[in-house]
Amino acid sequence: MALTREQVENIAHLARLELEPAEIPRFQQNLSSIVEFIGELERAETAGIAPMAHPLPGLTQRLRPDVVSEPDERELYQKNAPQVAAGLYLVPKVIE
Amino acid sequence: MYRQTLTQLAADLRARRVSSVELVRAFLARIEASQRDLNAFVTVTAEQALAQAEAADRALAAGRGGALEGVPFGHKDLFCTAGVRTTCGSRMLKQFISPYDATVVSRLKAAGAVMLGKLNMDEFAMGSSNETSYFGPVRNPWNRALVPGGSSGGSAAAVAARLLPAATATDTGGSIRQPAAFCGVTGIKPTYGRVSRYGMIAFASSLDQAGVIAASAEDAARVLREMAGFDPRDSTSVDAPVPDYLAELDQPLAGLKIGVLKEFFDTGLDAAYERCVREALAVFERLGASVREVSLPNIPLSVPVYYVVAPAECSSNLARYDGVRFGHRCAEAHDLEDLYKRSRSEGFGAEVKRRIMTGTYVLSAGYYDAYYLKAQRVRRLIAADFARAFGEVDLLMGPTTPTPAFELGAKVADPITMYLNDIYTIGANLAGLPAMSVPCGFAAGLPAGLQIIGPHFAEARLLNAAHRYQRETDWHLRIPEAYA
Repeated sequence: MALTREQVENIAHLARLELEPAEIPRFQQNLSSIVEFIGELERAETAGIAPMAHPLPGLTQRLRPDVVSEPDERELYQKNAPQVAAGLYLVPKVIE
Repeated sequence: MYRQTLTQLAADLRARRVSSVELVRAFLARIEASQRDLNAFVTVTAEQALAQAEAADRALAAGRGGALEGVPFGHKDLFCTAGVRTTCGSRMLKQFISPYDATVVSRLKAAGAVMLGKLNMDEFAMGSSNETSYFGPVRNPWNRALVPGGSSGGSAAAVAARLLPAATATDTGGSIRQPAAFCGVTGIKPTYGRVSRYGMIAFASSLDQAGVIAASAEDAARVLREMAGFDPRDSTSVDAPVPDYLAELDQPLAGLKIGVLKEFFDTGLDAAYERCVREALAVFERLGASVREVSLPNIPLSVPVYYVVAPAECSSNLARYDGVRFGHRCAEAHDLEDLYKRSRSEGFGAEVKRRIMTGTYVLSAGYYDAYYLKAQRVRRLIAADFARAFGEVDLLMGPTTPTPAFELGAKVADPITMYLNDIYTIGANLAGLPAMSVPCGFAAGLPAGLQIIGPHFAEARLLNAAHRYQRETDWHLRIPEAYA
């Protein structure tokens, strides 16, 4: 199935990616061939087969007790932040 | 001394026949001399390594130290290393200094391994040739015009060229086994949940697993023994005892039932590569194993299943790169959406964007059932094929890849051609099974890999089979001429 330019632009928007207008045709072509390739799955007979959510049979996600286990490392973690002030992450103004 | 295996080096260190500082200096010199040709490293941590080696020598002198005390080692640049840049091969994390160690890193540190640096890889582990790295491709030590495979191309090339005795690697769809095969080294991807993923930068969380690339199965066993085991910080880590992989290496193979994967020989397998694999199977027969053909009827669908499931998980996992808390941020964003979009578009390369968009598409309204749920259903059929096969045989064997290493640039233009590289390796990830690649000869002068797949948590059986094979053959001891 060939994806339209508008579909590719919409997917990019949903993924919060900004594509250069010149690179859209290449992504359109690549994604169309990927969608065609994964379309092969349609032919598989899967009636009554439950989707597999965990790679190990019979296992599900373990939950941990709801107790504090980690120390406060905010300063350390914020060393990697592009912009912080007074312990807060700075972003462009969201509310006028 | 670089020709020696990790097992020999660890014994020499323990017996004080060599010091860790001497070893670290020797390997650092080899790393430096090769970097321009191979580009296997993203970061070399010489100073820290020498300081750690001195501490290891003191521990060894006092008769203390862990199982890998003083042994030079490297980590794929996807494992977080406290205080050391961790890039995941991406511009997005070009300046990211990890605030903590991955569990794998802290365990190997506790065992005494000395980290010499961080190894190059495909960006966010998405690639089969190492060409998607922001830091440039790694080259294959057997022929520098060829790719080393991916995504753990730096780990495989470094061990093949003996820049390191062993290194960590990760495998989501073949990223340990395929580069190990292309570079003529031994690689093991353990069972999903066997090794902690804490501090491993996530790509596809239901498939990602950490493992080892080393010169031999014995070396891989020695390292895996230190890495494996329960970690409360990874909710998918399995709380089960870890057997002593070294203790079981020499078990005889008489009576072992080997299934040969029929579908892996049906189409597209290079003829010279096939001869290498068939000869390897004959070695197992001489060792007393029985070999019979086994069919996994749904395995041909493993690549399309993977290219739904992995991009879907990638699309969710990589949503965290928002230009706010860490990672690349674009200049002069005029609003929050602009900040997200331009930071991500500048930070990610083309293959990562393709995967994120594929994942976004298959998870989007109207397509979720048709692609994502359908793929998860077929995934169960594939896992059931494996389970049935392991009702009849102890191990499955076949080629690791359809061809030996290919030329740089040969497959970058067409993503599907690149994706089909992993046609034999993806099945084990979908089913969560442990799998290895072991050098089994040369096809037109290039290394070929024998793939061994086992039931869940049968790492000891895989390593035992590989070790017995390596006692009969010397393919794993061959070193590329330029680095011999």
